[in-house]
Amino acid sequence: MTRRSSWLEAGGRIGTLVLAALLGALLALPLAGIVLRVTPSALLQQLAEPTVRQSLWLSLETSLAATVVSLVLGLPMAALLATREFPGKRAVEVLMDLPMVIPPTVAGFALLMAFGRAGLLGKSFSALGITLPFTTAGVVVAQVFMSVPFLVGAARAGFAAVEPRYLDAAATLRAGEVYGFLRVRLPLALPSVIAGIGMCWARALGEFGATITFAGNMAGSTRTVPLDVYLLLQENLDSAATLSLILVVMAAVLLAGMRQAGLGLFAPPRAPRSAQAPAR
Amino acid sequence: MSFRGRHTGLALGLLPALAAMAAPLAAQQSVTVFAAASLTEALTAIGRTFEQRYPGVTVKFNFAGSQVLATQMEQGARADVFASADQRWMKYAEDRKLLAAAPVTFARNRLVLVIPRSNPGGIERLQDLARPGLKLVLAGRQVPVGAYSREALTRLSLADGFPRRFDQLVLSNLVSEEENVRAVAAKVQLREADAGIVYQSDVTESVKPQLRIIPIPDPHNPIAEYSIATIAGGNSLGRGFVALVLSAEGQAVLAARGFLPPGTPTP
Repeated sequence: MTRRSSWLEAGGRIGTLVLAALLGALLALPLAGIVLRVTPSALLQQLAEPTVRQSLWLSLETSLAATVVSLVLGLPMAALLATREFPGKRAVEVLMDLPMVIPPTVAGFALLMAFGRAGLLGKSFSALGITLPFTTAGVVVAQVFMSVPFLVGAARAGFAAVEPRYLDAAATLRAGEVYGFLRVRLPLALPSVIAGIGMCWARALGEFGATITFAGNMAGSTRTVPLDVYLLLQENLDSAATLSLILVVMAAVLLAGMRQAGLGLFAPPRAPRSAQAPAR
Repeated sequence: MSFRGRHTGLALGLLPALAAMAAPLAAQQSVTVFAAASLTEALTAIGRTFEQRYPGVTVKFNFAGSQVLATQMEQGARADVFASADQRWMKYAEDRKLLAAAPVTFARNRLVLVIPRSNPGGIERLQDLARPGLKLVLAGRQVPVGAYSREALTRLSLADGFPRRFDQLVLSNLVSEEENVRAVAAKVQLREADAGIVYQSDVTESVKPQLRIIPIPDPHNPIAEYSIATIAGGNSLGRGFVALVLSAEGQAVLAARGFLPPGTPTP
């Protein structure tokens, strides 16, 4: 090995460690700051606060509702994208990814332009008696908008990864396409779908920008935990820290649980299992 | 050279660039002004005059609800000047020893009720706000205009021609508490809200075509008091900026945008 390349090796290794440590600190220290600010007694006291419970329940209700809606609407789209070629597929793919990268405030504004009282569908909605801005339903819509891409992406990858030979085998047994999907593709892709559900839920739980822009900020109807944290930052930092801690812990438990089950969205690909053909 | 080594080298090379971006631009002089959202246009205009007067100096603004600005400064945000829309948050900053000098009142502002020009809620007078089912948007109670708005409703509920508990009836129509006055104006401008309470000066030329104003009579109108102060440890140019705001020239800019002069006696 030449002198120059051994310097490179040593420098590269040290550099990698230093930069990785820097990133670790960048992500870990803010969380440590929150954890260290909250005392256990303050945590219990906050959990007894009616307003805190109210926003926690609202967050749980809306994020679970958003996850269910995302599942119902997201799985068919994931199946189409995984199994079909059609004109404009690229555009649909971009559309499905877009909410992950556009600023949530922009998403909220766009939702107002479409579903608000003065929006594209405003007249039809008010004729049907549907109101979304300033309502809990509006919170769910904002959360679905922001979090459904995680579900579609994960489920699609799972569907696409199913080896064709299992489907072919089902077809030789005269299984129809839909039957084959339900009994072969969906079960084999289930880990990916569950990972998608987890990420979708976590994202919905943390949604802030689209919610406050589209649904407003009102205790009991639209003030979810992230909005409550934002409000508390302006009056009571200790309460803000406590609620932040609750959100961080919920998200961390969710992610750790999924990883434990080998279901992380970005978990490294595992060695292919000896996939069992579903029982007939 | 291995593929991995090359990338590590690239990342290492980026580090000084990142450090340079994080470091303040020492060469250029600047004044950082933290100001209430309602002051956006007026202080931006005064800032331009300031920059013309002091070539090479830039004025940077952070416009937000006064409560946000006060807590940001408390948490260590660097500012040279603070302009608050009420006394409460100026006092908050003063109590935490953030100010370099005593605050000075430099403007006042009247509250007004704004409704979309199409008037979806059918609101013709203040009393209509108590009608059940209306969608009212106010700023949160921590926001200066939110506190003033609630004070106005309380005063109106004691006034002739208004139902007792008027304030409670109106607040039961509240559908959202916004984080600053401009967010309230935007919700009304977008026709999502039937009504909102903002400052007179927030009905700017750009939103005027879409809004209708219903005045709140002066005896019931808690006129907002704006104060300004330099921040401890800040750039000395901050004093010059405060002086310009208080000068006849600065006051003319504020008056042109709908603010009242500081001397106006409150009823």
